[in-house]
Parts: sequence; structure tokens; C-alpha cells
Amino acid sequence: MALELKDVAYTYSPGTAYEIHALRDINLTVPEDQFIGIIGHIGSGKSTLIQLFNALIRPTSGNVLCDGEDIWGDSYDRRALRSKVGLVFQYPEHQLFENDVLSDVCFGPMNQGKTREEAEVEAKKALRSVGFPEKYYSRSPFELSGGQKKRAAIAGVLAMNPGILILDEPTAGLDPKGRDDILGQIAQLREERGITIVLVSHSMEDIARYADRLIVMNKGRIVYDDSPREVFTHYQELETMGLAAPQVTYILHRLKEKGLAVDTTQDTVPGARDTILEALHAAGTQKEGRADV
Amino acid sequence: MGIIKALKLGFNYLKYDDDGKVEETRRAIDDVNLDIEAGEFIAILGHNGSGKSTLAKHMNALLTPTEGALWVEGINTKEEPELWKIRQKAGMVFQNPDNQIIASVVEEDVGFGPENMGVPTQKIWARVGEALGKTGMSTYHAHSPNRLSGGQKQRVAIAGIMAMRPKCIILDEPTAMLDPIGRREVLEAVEELRRSEGVTVILITHYMEEVIRADRVYVMDSGRIVMTGTPREIFSQVDTLRHYRLDVPQVTLLAYELKKAGVNVPDGILTMDELVNALLPETPEKAFTAESITTSAPDETAAAVNMTAERRD
Repeated sequence: MALELKDVAYTYSPGTAYEIHALRDINLTVPEDQFIGIIGHIGSGKSTLIQLFNALIRPTSGNVLCDGEDIWGDSYDRRALRSKVGLVFQYPEHQLFENDVLSDVCFGPMNQGKTREEAEVEAKKALRSVGFPEKYYSRSPFELSGGQKKRAAIAGVLAMNPGILILDEPTAGLDPKGRDDILGQIAQLREERGITIVLVSHSMEDIARYADRLIVMNKGRIVYDDSPREVFTHYQELETMGLAAPQVTYILHRLKEKGLAVDTTQDTVPGARDTILEALHAAGTQKEGRADV
Repeated sequence: MGIIKALKLGFNYLKYDDDGKVEETRRAIDDVNLDIEAGEFIAILGHNGSGKSTLAKHMNALLTPTEGALWVEGINTKEEPELWKIRQKAGMVFQNPDNQIIASVVEEDVGFGPENMGVPTQKIWARVGEALGKTGMSTYHAHSPNRLSGGQKQRVAIAGIMAMRPKCIILDEPTAMLDPIGRREVLEAVEELRRSEGVTVILITHYMEEVIRADRVYVMDSGRIVMTGTPREIFSQVDTLRHYRLDVPQVTLLAYELKKAGVNVPDGILTMDELVNALLPETPEKAFTAESITTSAPDETAAAVNMTAERRD
């Protein structure tokens, strides 16, 4: 499935003194099988944007299309859409409510009309794919650690078999290993199930590592929509928007300023390592070749 | 004795069944010894569930030890009549800014602590003004906190603690919910307090880059302190840190990877400057800045660099 936003604008409290233009001129397509990162300063409109994706809010103007159909058309089944576009909120642990983890994850598929047995099949599949340990299935979700709560909540959305999975800062407050584990599993979901992932994050390092497309929001508009490597070349502009590039981007630019011919578009540690090694090697070779200068 | 001292500190979380009997005991802190000097900047690292927040809560007597003892400026936290004294000496800032702001105007929120302590009104305003100044929030004194960004809210929370004039401030993941700019704002506010007031800072964080300015780092695992040292000492042990589910700053990791690939860089690089200088050492003439590349090359290395630069163009 693919989503398309055409000339979308969203205004909070239109026509009143509290009118806020949260989004303007939004045109974008969310195709199948992509890992999309969204970054933006607080108040840039990114949370409003993801709420448009699964029809939680209706655009003030413009259209949201799912596979070519306007989701705000009279006969459109928006309920069905919401289970196809799964949204995991910033505090996924706030989405938990059942007595035990398995029932919690079963809630979504049962709401879709499945029996408890069928729902359990989906639930177990979802829990397995986020790496949730089986021994905790019957635990109360409120007794879990932060990382496990987040996994249970993600599984709850995943059990509905969405075509698009939207995650708003899913790793805030997790330790580095927990963060890498969860993001790794999300990336794997995309590989295994072809689900499109939309990840809202403050971590440029995580975006650089996992996303193949990066959307940058500022003051309600899309300012960049490109590969992370391309976007991070605008690191100075990003800073004026309260954002930044990954640390390696800055290192590579510094090295280049000082004369080392590195590829500054590399945005991950392995990429940076390789280009530095190459550049050092090239510089070393030339040094020998030009020893007579 | 330092400002915070712990001796053989142990703490158990107890879980009760319906009859009020202890059903389960979980050891959260195990045999922790600490001696933190006044004015030090201490960072505590550890994975989720390693016991660092539990330890932090001992430092202002939100929790008291099951075993051993902890002293804040010489006062044993188990001495209940001293509780308020302890909490005035050691203030705590939590992760979620929305959970710790109570007033509808910034300056009233900051004044809440000193008012509770019985500070005379005129002095409260003086303290509020000063605390907002130190955290860079003076312009927002009459704003409503709910209109502020996360970083600004955290700075209001820090100002609220500072207005109580504590000796020590404990920050439990104060930046976990903030964007990069918000993170920088909060850390700068903390740094300023330490510089100007000599406040002891204890920072708990999952962001390794925030730790590099600390005087000492403690790493926790399973309720114990498993590593202690300067940031450089700690971050030179990439593999050990990974074993404890932690990471190193990206620049340190890059230096480590380069070293593994045979490049001659020292262990425990912490800043971009250090890495850049290790890879491209400055000559006495500082020849490698972009401006001077076109001037005559002082030696072979510069010539090589010079050439590389030319080829790039």
C-alpha cells in the first residue's frame, strides 16, 4: 500500500485567535517497502504529519490518498485504514492496558474481527519478531522493564499486520544496547515483511544508520526529502533549524578542511572509517611519490 | 568526608502479595561504595535496570538503604528528622519535564521550592531572578511553562532546584526526551551552575557524548559499580562497555575502528579536535588550515596534504 499527501495543510483552531498553521504545502508519497526517517525541531509539525497518515486528524485543505483513494471520501473505511497504518506513540508503554502481555497484543487483531485463537497466532508472531521473550507472555505489562514495554506495545500494533508502521521516538530513554536491538528488529521487519517504516527520531546517528530516506520538517513545511547522506550535506542549514548532522559528518568536514580528501557524505562510523583509511592511504602514497619535492 | 558518601550500600525492592507478605525480593543495589567530593562532576552510566536511578534516589533520601548507609554532607539519610535538610542539600531533576513543573507561570514555579523552605518573599524573588539568569531563562520569567520547548522546561526545572541553593544537583536522564539543541541547552545550564556556584553535579544519562566533560564516571551493572575512572579511561575500553550494554561517543568509536584498521591513533579519543589532530598532526607553523594550503609547503607531509587538496579541487 502507498500513501500520498497532496497540497496538504493543517491548521489548529482555524478562525480563532489561537489559530496555528501546523502544516503547509505538504506533498509527499509514502511508497511500499521503504525506511523513512522524519526529523524536526519541537513544533516543526512532525507529530501532526504522522497523525494525518492514519486519519487521526483531517487535513484543513488538500487530500490524503491511500492507493489512489481519498481517505476522507464519504464511503472510505477509515477504521480499516487505521489498522493498516499502525502508529506507535512516543510513550508506547502508555498504550498498554491489559492484564497480561499476550492479551494486550491480542486486542488489535480481535478488534479486527479475529477469534482469540486466531489473534493469539498473530500476537505470538508479532511478539517473536520484536524479540519479546516468551517467558513474560503472561506477565502484567506494567511489571516489565522499559525496553520490554516498548516491545510489547510495538507488537500490539504489529499484530494487526499493518502495511505501514509509524514510530514516534520509540527508543527514548532506552540504553544504547536496547536502542540498537529495537531499531535492528524494526529494520528486520521491513526486510521480512516488506513493511514501510516511518521513524520519527531525534537521533541523527540512528537515522543515518537505518533510514534510506529522510524527511526534514521545519515550521510546518518539508525542507528536505532525500537520502540521509544528501540531507546531511546541508548540516549548517540543519543547525539553524535546531537540528544537527551525525558526529561523523562534522569530523569528516573538519578533516577535509584540513586537507584530507575524505568523502564528506559518509554518515555512519563504518563509512567514515573506510573513507578516512582510503584518504590516508592516498595521501601516504603521494607523499612517497613526491618525496623529491 | 565528601559531600556524598556511601558505604556498603544495598537496596532491595520488595513485592508484596495480597496478604501483605513479601513475595519477591529484587536486589537493585549491591555493595556500592561512593565518595564524591564537593564540586565534582560525576556521571553515572548503566543499562536500563542496572540500578542507577535507584542509586540516585538514595542521594536525596527518596529511598533509604536496606543495608549499609549513605551520607549527604555528613547526614545519614536514615535519620528521618533530617530528611528536609537532606533534600535541600541535594536537589533532583527527573527525565520528564512535564512531571515536575507545577505552577502556571515560570517564575512562580521556580519560587515554589524556596517558598516551601520559608525563605522571606523578597529573598525568594532575588533567588528566582538569579536562578533564571544562570539557566538562561530570564526572558521567559512570565511565560506559561506549557508553551516552552522541552529543553526550556528542563532548564526551568533546574532553576527551581537552584533557587533552593542546594550543594548538589542530581539529574536523572534530564535530556532523554529532548532534541539536540534542547540537550545542549540543558548541559550548558548545568555546566554554568557548576562553574559559577561550585555545585556538585551527578548526571545519569544514556548519551555517551554528555559524559566527556565529567571528572569521574561510574558504570553500573546489576546494582554494582563495575567501572570507575575518568571519561578517557572509561571510553578506552570499548569492548568492556559493550559488554555492559553501553556505547562510546561516535568519535571515540570511529577512532577505535581506525586503530583496529592499523591507523596510529591513541586510545580513548573523546572529542573531534583530538581525532582530527591525531590524524593530521599540526606542524609548528600550523600549516594545514584551508587558508595556508596555497602557501609554500613547510615539509613533505604538507606537500602531500597540499597535493591532496589540489586534487580534490
